[in-house]
Amino acid sequence: MIMKRFPGGIHPKYNKELTADKPIIEMPPPKKVRLLLRQHLGAPCTPLVAAGDKVTVGQKIADTDAFVAAPVIASVSGEVTAVDSEGIDIACDSTNSDFKGQKQQYSSPEQLRQLIREAGIVGMGGATFPTHVKLTPPEGKSISTLIINGAECEPFLTTDHRLMLEQGEEVVQGTKLLMEACGASNAVIGIEENKPDAIKHLTDICQEHDNISVVAVPVRYPQGGERQLIKTLTGKEVPVGGLPLDLGFVVSNVATAAAVHHAVNLGRPLIDRVVTVSGAVAKPGNVRVRLGTSIADLIDFCGGLDPDVVKVVCGGPMMGQAVDDLNSPVTKGTSGVLAFTAGEVREYEERTCISCASCVDACPQKLLPNYLALYSKKGKLDLAEQYHLFNCIECGCCSYVCPSRIPIVKYIKTAKDRIQRRRRK
Amino acid sequence: MSDKLLTGHAPHILGGKSVSSIMWDVIIALIPVSLVSIYYFGLKALILILVSMASAMIIEGAFFAIRGKGIKHGLGIRDGSAAVTGLLIALILPPTAPLWLAVIASAVAILLAKQAYGGIGNNIFNPALVARAFVFMAWPSLMTAWSNPLTISNWLADLTSGATPLGGAEHSLFEMFLGNTGGSLGETSALAIIVGGLYLLLKGHIDWRIPVGYLGTAAVFAFFTSKFSFYDVAFNLLAGGMLFAAVFMATDMVTSPTTKTGRLIFGIGCGLITMFVRKYASAPEGVTYAILFMNALVPIIERYTVPKTFGGVKGA
Repeated sequence: MIMKRFPGGIHPKYNKELTADKPIIEMPPPKKVRLLLRQHLGAPCTPLVAAGDKVTVGQKIADTDAFVAAPVIASVSGEVTAVDSEGIDIACDSTNSDFKGQKQQYSSPEQLRQLIREAGIVGMGGATFPTHVKLTPPEGKSISTLIINGAECEPFLTTDHRLMLEQGEEVVQGTKLLMEACGASNAVIGIEENKPDAIKHLTDICQEHDNISVVAVPVRYPQGGERQLIKTLTGKEVPVGGLPLDLGFVVSNVATAAAVHHAVNLGRPLIDRVVTVSGAVAKPGNVRVRLGTSIADLIDFCGGLDPDVVKVVCGGPMMGQAVDDLNSPVTKGTSGVLAFTAGEVREYEERTCISCASCVDACPQKLLPNYLALYSKKGKLDLAEQYHLFNCIECGCCSYVCPSRIPIVKYIKTAKDRIQRRRRK
Repeated sequence: MSDKLLTGHAPHILGGKSVSSIMWDVIIALIPVSLVSIYYFGLKALILILVSMASAMIIEGAFFAIRGKGIKHGLGIRDGSAAVTGLLIALILPPTAPLWLAVIASAVAILLAKQAYGGIGNNIFNPALVARAFVFMAWPSLMTAWSNPLTISNWLADLTSGATPLGGAEHSLFEMFLGNTGGSLGETSALAIIVGGLYLLLKGHIDWRIPVGYLGTAAVFAFFTSKFSFYDVAFNLLAGGMLFAAVFMATDMVTSPTTKTGRLIFGIGCGLITMFVRKYASAPEGVTYAILFMNALVPIIERYTVPKTFGGVKGA
């Protein structure tokens, strides 16, 4: 296996020891859930139910004809209490919310992809791109290798680590299904070296499977970025504006693979996911939680927030989103719920750029973040585009290293938004 | 939990580097050369360093206080950049320089070369070198009044006038490596400069491309213009202010390119100009003007060295 180095990258403090040894625990279904109509990248779904309807766990409650989308599945049984433009609220009947399913049958890759779609599966590493779309090679293209992303490079997060350790067999079964669905002849599972137990476990399992290999990849953020992982594992660079597909690759997260196994071999659609609850909470842990559970309920399950928490982040600390409303629900892409105290997320005043080029050296996409931030600030959008603005993956390395505390990624996102709005006009 | 949660943007955690931590590291890196200068040029060197640093900080503090309309704004000097500028100025003055010269140089650096452009980060030219160019033109005789280094047995004695290696003084390469020669405070000891430079490299505050480009070009230049003499190569690298400048001046973040290729080109340019002046101009040393000239070219160098983006095409 070739081991190439992607450019740039950083070594933030990983803080994974808080939850790395905590086995996944299951949170009982909450009293109510709120399922958002857009939990994926692409077109939002339209509700198939109305207030007052009874739903059973595993039932499809929202869908769309758009190709780039995945349906929303009821994560609990109960009664729909409200439907609005953004989501569906369900009062949970907790005694009847256990899911029982059976192995699904299929006779072609198309049918397999359809099963994956109907189960509501999207990329669970955080990008939430509908999985069946990714697995469908456009005409004239074929997929040679499936890459399973077990890098989990975001600090704090340990869901993929625990999944690989506790449900390694399921991850591998899911990997086989994904290969079948996209036509890949072999698969590589890339895992950061800081998870030796997971590497060993999956290597042992994969001994029985000639066409699946496990590769330990160096610890460096953002190793789990799909373009970075492809470079590390294959030495190839995904062309700007292109997709891994252009090189014959499909990248999928380990949690996605496990979800596919559940959907196909057990008939259990995507009704829950594992979330790392960590940081300043009473009992940090890895929790399997029903989708739509409110963050507040999840935090309560973990013993509540420490009194001096000032910020709660959904996802990892590098790319996740801060939530101001703890009633927001867990979605298909919520890999973590992290609580931070004032000392950990100090807000700094932005200073003048001193051209130290730390951002240039840290950028894994070989951009000039200093110029992108400057052009965004000055509204010079054409220049920003010329400097490859859209090749930014928003990993946050530039903002992390900036000694002048310039929120470079924020400026880059602003410029991207402005250009996209201008294009739509 | 506080009543209202913060909603700031990602990333939510930040690295430990700050402008002031970088400046403190630069000061730490300059400690070896400062100590060696005191060892060879006595108390005079120490006083020059202290006066130069103090005046740079006081002038910048006063400027902040007046512009911000309040004494507390003067605390803006906490970022340490004025202290670094003051220290650098002292280290590129001759040991016999009068104290008022250091004060004037500091004022030129802070007011003319830095604040007139809008303060830290906005200046085009290296402030300490602008100051040196200014006082060199205004008081050439004071700026070339070199002296012999002291010995430990007569460390408190007055400095006696003497020449620098570039000015014709005879020294062994080993003495030049240690710093036992005439010259500006900080430039004489290659050993101390290398120690400080390694510290900055280790801390990631300077990129090897600038000093290597600079010194490598100078070495090649010296080799071919001296009919392939290795002595000449070593002499040119050790003599004068080039080594000090390649490590501490050309690498100034604000006034050097941010692109990797640009840094190499910048270093090569500095090396070429320095050696042209040394070999073919009437001045003995060309470091100051080489770097100032290359500072002016930074925007254009960056424009033409936009890297090939990941998975993409070259340039912008």
